Amino acid sequence: MPLTFDQKVFGDIRKAYKRWQERLDKVFSTRSERLERFSTVSDMVINRIYTPSDIKDQDFPGDLGFPGEYPFTRGVQPSMYRGRLWTMRMFAGLGSPTDTNQRFHHLVKEGQTGLSTAFDMPTLMGYDTDSPKARGEAGKCGVAIDTLKDMEDLFEGLPIEEITTSMTINPPAPVIWAMYIAMAEKRGMDRKRIGGTIQNDMLKEFVAQKTFMCPPKPSVRLITDTVEFGIKQVPRWNTISISGYHIREAGSTAVQELAFTLADGIAYTEAARERGLNVDDFAPRFSFFFNSHLDFFEEIAKFRAARRMWAKIMKERFKAQDPRSWWLRFHTQTAGCSLTAQQAYNNVVRTSLQALAAVLGGTQSLHTNSLDEVLAIPTEEAATIALRTQQIIAEESGVANTIDPLGGSYFVERLTNQMEEEAFEIIQRIDDMGGMLAAIEKNYPQQEIADAAYHYQRQIDGNEKTVVGVNKYVMSEEIPVEVIEIDEELERLQIEKTNRIKNERDNRRVKESLGKVGEACAGDENTMESLVEAVKSHATLQEVCDVFRETFGVYRDPGVY
Amino acid sequence: MKQKRKVRVMVAKPGLDGHDRGARIIARAYRDAGFEVVYTGLHQTPEEIVEAAIQEDVDMIGLSSLAGAHKYLFPRTVELLREKGADDIVVCGGGIVPDEDIEMLKEIGIKKIFTPGTTLEEIVKWVEENVKPR
Repeated sequence: MPLTFDQKVFGDIRKAYKRWQERLDKVFSTRSERLERFSTVSDMVINRIYTPSDIKDQDFPGDLGFPGEYPFTRGVQPSMYRGRLWTMRMFAGLGSPTDTNQRFHHLVKEGQTGLSTAFDMPTLMGYDTDSPKARGEAGKCGVAIDTLKDMEDLFEGLPIEEITTSMTINPPAPVIWAMYIAMAEKRGMDRKRIGGTIQNDMLKEFVAQKTFMCPPKPSVRLITDTVEFGIKQVPRWNTISISGYHIREAGSTAVQELAFTLADGIAYTEAARERGLNVDDFAPRFSFFFNSHLDFFEEIAKFRAARRMWAKIMKERFKAQDPRSWWLRFHTQTAGCSLTAQQAYNNVVRTSLQALAAVLGGTQSLHTNSLDEVLAIPTEEAATIALRTQQIIAEESGVANTIDPLGGSYFVERLTNQMEEEAFEIIQRIDDMGGMLAAIEKNYPQQEIADAAYHYQRQIDGNEKTVVGVNKYVMSEEIPVEVIEIDEELERLQIEKTNRIKNERDNRRVKESLGKVGEACAGDENTMESLVEAVKSHATLQEVCDVFRETFGVYRDPGVY
Repeated sequence: MKQKRKVRVMVAKPGLDGHDRGARIIARAYRDAGFEVVYTGLHQTPEEIVEAAIQEDVDMIGLSSLAGAHKYLFPRTVELLREKGADDIVVCGGGIVPDEDIEMLKEIGIKKIFTPGTTLEEIVKWVEENVKPR
């Protein structure tokens, strides 16, 4: 194998390194080093310096290669940002479908290149706005969707033929996707041409984001239905966005985010293969979603390691032949959990650094958080600054001029290797437990994340980790930030709208279509076509999800802490 | 002499919001501080929380909220406690609660709202000073 360095030089480097360390030890014998312990935000210890010795077994091109070539450490496409920039995709959703539609139009007008939908809590959990469980929640942290009409209003006048849409939806993902397909078909679009993404990643819900409905096994069955349906019917759609974002937000380390996400990807691949699907038919439609957190180099290394690991998993473990199956294409969101309510304007700076790390890590798509997102969903002004942040990185900073600019950095390469090694060890542990489903039943990832979150909070409270404006550089007077207010009237108006639809629709047809959903769920038949029919008959989101709950049962939070 | 029993606290997540990082960290901090802790887990209605609090005979309920529905869920919990004659249970809350709402919540009987940036030590200390076994 062609190694990156001539092995003869390492003797000289070792000597020079020793000499330098001795000098430093002398310096630090009179005054101490700035910190007792230098570590990443995930508490990974960082050395004083990195040299070729840290990557002496690195093999170029085997470990790095060129962008668009196995193992894709430097990027999935050969051209990367020299061809086209990442998709600027701001996550948005507030109030009614019409309110959100206005925000979408604003963002597209300001140069956003993809759409991304945030739903409110009742929608995320498969309840209509009029459910007793939904009291006080309508439109609060996203848009309320009850029926196909809401989906039509949401995308009214937007060029869905030209830009793709991502929808952050999990337990009701098959139903929301069915609504999107029905909406596009009503507009005269062929479903084979529809492009977009549903998150549809239930495994990370059980361990991190915690919007769940049915138990893990039937949840994975419904996901596999979408995967199968996508291959045949909606081939340009990303049927799962395998997400580390929420795992990290829940408090995991960067390595845990990497390991648990890829382990979830392994579980979905295994489920689809058990269905009898060919890996090269579905794997190219898997996409990924990562967090970009505070620690700049740790994040860049994580993205690079993720690409290489997934390529190896797909090629070696699942014997995928199509290079597109080896690609880890991913969306990134900057870390919501890193924002501070104190001195909130500093969040613009945090987000800029995190976005820069995502770009240097080769993301395909990016959401940048707004400065006020720590307090509420963003105002239009704050969302515009967040979009501008991406545009400045893309078009002013020059960082997108060359591909993988940090490739070859002793530190970044070493960190990339180290994260890969540690994440593969965790994946091995999960394999030994019998896979991710079994690990979730044992509460293994849940407990690991809880431990890491608690450890980090203790470090902040003990001033071992600095949070500017919170445990250091605290100000007594805050600069006020304007916060959006969702109209409390919305709940009533949305309920009225849905009631109107219920009165006007053909209830016999609704009953019949829901019966077919029930039959499909109870048997082995793919549920997707029955879902499209049900939403076309104006069955509500909850009416369909109630069929899921009745057939598959309801999952209860084990409450691990 | 009669042994004084430990303070029993309930950490509760009302509503559909799944953001439980804060709630779980607080539950653990309470446990480490020597309180007896009941964690409800996610997706609880105010009715379920109040019923569990009475059944578990807790001295305090800590409500956690991130997604904006505190304006309904917190007052509803207090109202139900009053209806059941259990309003000697101290109620506090924490999470993403705008300043404008804190006054309203205090007026209706929430004793304290902890906002982001509060240390675990401060929260534990507040409980030690303000909650006594009933």
